Amino acid sequence: MATTIGKSANEGIKDASQYLRGTILDGLANAATGSLSKDDQQLTKFHGIYQQDDRDIRGERRKKKLEPAYSFMIRVRVPGGVATPAQWLEMDRIALEHANGALKLTTRQAFQFHGVIKSNLKKTIYEINQSLFDTLAACGDVNRNVMCNPNPHQSKVHAEVLQLATAISNHLSPRTGAYHEIWLDDGTGEKVKVTYDPPLIDDIADPEEPIYGKHYLPRKFKTVVAVPPSNDVDIYAHDLGYIAILEGEDKIAGYNVTVGGGMGMTHGNEETFPRLADLLGFCTPDQAVKVGEAVVRVQRDHGNRDVRANARLKYTIEKMGIDAFREEVEKLCQFKLQAPREFHFEDNGDRYGWIKDHRGHWHFTLYVENGRVYDTKEYPLLTGLRAIAKIHTGDFRLTANQNLIIADITPQQKSEITELLEQYGMIDAHERSAMRLHSLACVALPTCGLALAESQRYLPDLITGIEAVLEEAGLRHDAITIRMTGCPNGCARPYIAEIGFVGKAPGKYNLYLGGGHAGQRLSKLYAASIRGDDAPQILKPILLDYAKQREDGESFGDFVIRAGYVKETKDGRDFHKDVVEPALTV
Amino acid sequence: MSTPNSPLRPEQQQLANQLSHGLDRDQALWLSGFFAGISGSAGSALPPTIPSAAKRKLTVLYGSESGNSEKLAGVIAKTAEKAGFKATVASMGDAKPASLTKAENLLVVVSTWGEGDPPDNAVAYYEAFMSDAMPKLAGVKYSVCGLGDTSYEHFCKMGKDFDARLAALGAERVHDRADCDVDYQATFDAWLAGALKAFPGAEAPAITLPAVAAIASHDGGHGAYDKNNPYLSEILEKVVLNGTGSAKEVLHVELSLEGSGLTYEPGDALGICPVNRASVVEEVLAATGLRANAKLGDTTLAEALKYDYDITTLQPAIVDKYNVVVGDAALQKLLDEEGRVTLKSWVDGRQLVDLLEAYPYKHWTAESFTGILRKLAPRLYSIASSLKKHEDQVHLTIAAVRYHSHGRDRTGVCSCYIADDVEVGDQVRIYFHHNNNFRLPENDETPVLMIGPGTGIAPFRAFVEERAARGAKGKNWLFFGDQHFSYDFLYQLEWLDYLESGVLTDLSLAFSRDQKEKLYVQHRLLERGAEVFQWMESGAHIYVCGDASRMAKDVQQALMDIIAVYGGKSPEEAKAYLEAMRKAKRYQRDVY
Repeated sequence: MATTIGKSANEGIKDASQYLRGTILDGLANAATGSLSKDDQQLTKFHGIYQQDDRDIRGERRKKKLEPAYSFMIRVRVPGGVATPAQWLEMDRIALEHANGALKLTTRQAFQFHGVIKSNLKKTIYEINQSLFDTLAACGDVNRNVMCNPNPHQSKVHAEVLQLATAISNHLSPRTGAYHEIWLDDGTGEKVKVTYDPPLIDDIADPEEPIYGKHYLPRKFKTVVAVPPSNDVDIYAHDLGYIAILEGEDKIAGYNVTVGGGMGMTHGNEETFPRLADLLGFCTPDQAVKVGEAVVRVQRDHGNRDVRANARLKYTIEKMGIDAFREEVEKLCQFKLQAPREFHFEDNGDRYGWIKDHRGHWHFTLYVENGRVYDTKEYPLLTGLRAIAKIHTGDFRLTANQNLIIADITPQQKSEITELLEQYGMIDAHERSAMRLHSLACVALPTCGLALAESQRYLPDLITGIEAVLEEAGLRHDAITIRMTGCPNGCARPYIAEIGFVGKAPGKYNLYLGGGHAGQRLSKLYAASIRGDDAPQILKPILLDYAKQREDGESFGDFVIRAGYVKETKDGRDFHKDVVEPALTV
Repeated sequence: MSTPNSPLRPEQQQLANQLSHGLDRDQALWLSGFFAGISGSAGSALPPTIPSAAKRKLTVLYGSESGNSEKLAGVIAKTAEKAGFKATVASMGDAKPASLTKAENLLVVVSTWGEGDPPDNAVAYYEAFMSDAMPKLAGVKYSVCGLGDTSYEHFCKMGKDFDARLAALGAERVHDRADCDVDYQATFDAWLAGALKAFPGAEAPAITLPAVAAIASHDGGHGAYDKNNPYLSEILEKVVLNGTGSAKEVLHVELSLEGSGLTYEPGDALGICPVNRASVVEEVLAATGLRANAKLGDTTLAEALKYDYDITTLQPAIVDKYNVVVGDAALQKLLDEEGRVTLKSWVDGRQLVDLLEAYPYKHWTAESFTGILRKLAPRLYSIASSLKKHEDQVHLTIAAVRYHSHGRDRTGVCSCYIADDVEVGDQVRIYFHHNNNFRLPENDETPVLMIGPGTGIAPFRAFVEERAARGAKGKNWLFFGDQHFSYDFLYQLEWLDYLESGVLTDLSLAFSRDQKEKLYVQHRLLERGAEVFQWMESGAHIYVCGDASRMAKDVQQALMDIIAVYGGKSPEEAKAYLEAMRKAKRYQRDVY
């Protein structure tokens, strides 16, 4: 088969991988090292697995003549973030038995396990599949976990958007047999039950992935479904988005399709930038999957495979122009998209506490700091949720803000679950400053290999520092979104936060201001390479000013632009422009 | 400087002292060579050569594990030659017991290991010797010297067994058996002099004990340093190899040999002369009521307790000596036959200080107290480096021994001396202990299979370094095991490099606590049994190092099972197969 191999190293790895097999099986069998080969480390991402190591102890281990403390992060694909109580209990068990005892709820509605060592990897993936989740395509250059709004306010449409999320997730799943061969062969020759069982490609008769071809996508690809007025899934930060357009209260007329959003950039490379998604057009519900596949195919064929830093869909659209891109999509769909419909987003946060839906069922949105579900003596969160999962008859929904909705509680069960929420201290977990409730941080150190600075271990302390200023300014109950990432790739979507921190070096961050409160506007660099510890002092005059000078209903992100602290970023191309370094007096 | 057993007349000693005062190391070395040259030409001082036909025959039989008995057998032979014997040295590893019928005069030196076991390569000999098939030995005149350690229950059991069995077989004991403790030199010297005199024949020539000591201490020809004159070596590096979170504490220690002229071979051991911890000395002093600065010879009691005496080990033998001085009636009951079992369990996990506190005595003197103590023995560690890779260095892999018993935290005297009391830049007293029973094959093409869990890995690091430096073409297969892959994979980065470069052909790992079922190296051997047997058949040397009480036995059983299964042999044939490998020096063990 003729192949076009680009210059980027990952393209060569994919080409030689025999549809994501590589030498992963050999690597798993090698007991002398906790690591996989370099190439296999790229390939396992497609299987939902990242090799990491505890960077805190790298130097110490080298001195002890030990290799780095390698372990694996496993990301579980959870379309729409919905898990049954039985699945929750399995995730809980796996976290305790095979991982580091913490269950991480990610910024993209997935579960993540950290600290799984190589010798436990196969068992863990196998057991995840037994629970009817999988990890295939949770990372890698493919369509990843499809998110959707878990919003219990509009519980009538939730089922329908969840269905779309699942359909897209299934349709865009890789069809290689590699995943089953490597992880699901239990040695008995019996077919293992799996979440979604698509026809797998036969390498001889049908050697190509039907949608992805031989080389998959040039880069990762992220899809979300939003239901206005909530933009909790951050539609503008994703490659492909669907904005549900409602007719009346509970009927979905169709979706505005968005394309070309993305956060990642590289420090010091102005050819890379965060970009908000464009509106592509409107499609009916039955067209939605088809449109998604077409967008993927256009990106597959037109994306930049030479320069990985410019391989995301956002750069393809910048290069082609949105109109030419739409033409290609329509050509593949063989129908035209309609003009986008009217919609309005209010915010991108979660609403904590109890909500009653139209059927009289209850939903409790639990604040989970940094999405980390684990036990401490003071706050045995993992144990508490296990107790609830054992009796709960509804479901659990992971939110895009790393929180958890205990959803669909019957009126009969409400008091029992309330008791457990009280017993384990969860009932008032959200009685915190509005800023803390609107905070988001990525994992970063010590496990993420990309991290340049701390993030989830540091942001809670930093917010404590800022809270002193908020108290002084009387802003404790004002929702200001604040996000931090340890590197510019932007897993916690910092460039659309009202206050964003992006790690540059240990203890040093770029500070961005002016993102839209509903995630509808990019921010702008306010101060480069500041010490994280100085941030409260740097923000203090601005927050005091905001408290005094804001207009009625004016968000902090809007205010800093009006007040001239930063220029508005109207377009990703302008993200690095018009930066005015303030005279910092710290 | 006063030297015990010095052959010098007082005025000579004085001259020697003047000369040696203020010498630097190079000067001392040069002088030692100078005197060695003189002694070579001082033949006239030795007895006149006796025609060989007239010489009495002497068989020197030894059973050696770590090399001490082997070394002493050499000393016996040399000393006996000078005394007019024609000496033949035989190892229990090679000789047949039945050939003893031809012996006229017989001296046996044998060490005891573990639970009163024979040295590793003497097991088959011992079994045959004790069996009913053993012929009578009437007419054989003999004496036995046992080597042992009073801190073990079956002290010198082998010496006692051989002594009794020889008598039972009709041989005539001409001189009483000696039971040597760790500090064996004086006992051995006295036994040898007495034994050689006891054999009938020409009147015994003057045998000077210093001559024996001199031969013993210079055996091996590795410079001027030995157990009695250790080298002061600087610690270059010290690091705990286990990762944070491990239950183990294994130290990697690098020591300098720069300027010492000392050399060693992979397979050798390094002796370290430990120093008792100050806090332990204080505890013991407090319990005796003696003052630290009490005079003892030309030093103080505290100094002597720190450097010279074993002040921790507690064994019934020490309790015996203790109560000779103390005369405690209650303690005496424990020392009597019925009380002995209770005493054994009482001393278990206890140390000298516990005895001092439990049965206090108000009338200790520095002399009476040190009189019941054993000399502080050096500790031997298998060397973990090759000089070819680390010039002028010797590396060790030492497990720090720590435990809590009877209300006290206890520490291994030597391991924790290294772990806690000395740092990089400090000096420790060392000497080399050569071990010819643990040697790489001379032929570099010969495949080598190494089994070394835990600190048993040490000599194999030396072996692999040596084979790599030599460019040896032979295959190398290492079996290693410990508790956890993540924390206890000793020297992991080095093994990964050797795997990558191909020096290590294969690495089989058993981490016992990484899964529900305990997994050990013997299980890995059995898993790969077909290949292991293939290696044996193709002439591979097999080496085992580490724990003697369980691992070495389990591994040996696994090897015999493999031979039986893949060689189609009966258990007896399999045993014989392995024994033949041992005799051919293709199955060597360094176990402790």
